[in-house]
Amino acid sequence: MNFSKQMKEGLVTNNPVLVQLLGMCSTMAITTSFFNGLGMGVSVLIILTLSNVAISAIRKIVPNKIRIAMYIVVIAGFVTCVDLLLKAFVPALSNSLGVFIPLIVVNCIILGRAESFASKESVGASAFDGICQGLGYTIVLVIMSVVREFLGAGTFGAGLLGVDGKGIAIITNSNFHIGVLTMPVGGFMVLGTLIAAMQWALNRTKKAAKEEK
Amino acid sequence: MKEIFSIALGAILVNNFIFSQFLGICPFMGVSKKVDTAVGMGVAVTFVMGLASAFTWLANEFLLVPLHLEYMQTVAFILIIAALVQFVEMFLQKSLPALYTALGIYLPLITTNCAVLGVALLNIQNSYNFIESVVYGITGGLGFLLAIVLFASIRERTVFADPPKAFEGFPIALVTAGLMALAFMGFSGANVFG
Repeated sequence: MNFSKQMKEGLVTNNPVLVQLLGMCSTMAITTSFFNGLGMGVSVLIILTLSNVAISAIRKIVPNKIRIAMYIVVIAGFVTCVDLLLKAFVPALSNSLGVFIPLIVVNCIILGRAESFASKESVGASAFDGICQGLGYTIVLVIMSVVREFLGAGTFGAGLLGVDGKGIAIITNSNFHIGVLTMPVGGFMVLGTLIAAMQWALNRTKKAAKEEK
Repeated sequence: MKEIFSIALGAILVNNFIFSQFLGICPFMGVSKKVDTAVGMGVAVTFVMGLASAFTWLANEFLLVPLHLEYMQTVAFILIIAALVQFVEMFLQKSLPALYTALGIYLPLITTNCAVLGVALLNIQNSYNFIESVVYGITGGLGFLLAIVLFASIRERTVFADPPKAFEGFPIALVTAGLMALAFMGFSGANVFG
């Protein structure tokens, strides 16, 4: 496998959220602050890498008929581990992400990569694929949460930085906050705009490549 | 009674699973191109969410809690839901073939619908009793049905619209859903019982 190609696919041309359109529930739900977005992204990155490795390792002994059920059990095991670790060591993050940590089990990105990549490729390639796709997911979450937090509440890093973990206030005048962006509406709008920007960029590079030929 | 009514109202309108909790977005986006299929999906989800609420509550109360295995909730619940969906599928195929063909591929997809696992976990988190859990499951499903049918009827019309090229397809659907979420925010002040 070509590692740089895999990395490019995970981050840009085959980004799990912006191009494959997977895992949108968590993407829109928890990106209200930078801390949440980063925490969720890293959790998924870890679980995705581990589950990819495990599923790739057992790919030859799993009967084809019950493979999806096996994958779900493997994923659920890793999710439980991460859930318990977060509860023990980062309770603040665990509280603010709430039910969306156990819901990583049904995040389509993880099952999607298990089915389309890890069940066919070697352990090493699958591990790298997990890291690339996980990074692609994390980057989208971080961009979305920074935009929503900055425009919606005028802060950066709430829950992590600043006095009492309230974040660094950038826009202090609350008249300039677009409060609706921190609400569910903001999730739909910001993600819609991001995907549109991605489509625009991909179309442009495609067109440029065509003209060169 | 009052409690149950407010749970129901909350799950359908105020805390709609799609528009305020972001649970079940994948099928909401995926199967909302036509009203017919949207209705089928909504009914199937409602049915499974009601059943899943009942079974996961029972399993938690009589199996996991007495054995001090609460940390196994996620694994146990996803297995229960997967088995449940399989049984519902087999049962419908045998006894109600018409409904089975109508629901078609949507049934197996429900296993990975995060609204179903979500409702099971939320029941436990909100420490609902058995009746409340079932009501929350069914009405949460009805809220999903309402949302997906409304969204599908809007999408059937906007197919012919001409958005900017970059927004074609998925992004414009997300923006539409965002506007609907904005409308549903109007319910958030609704507090019938004061």
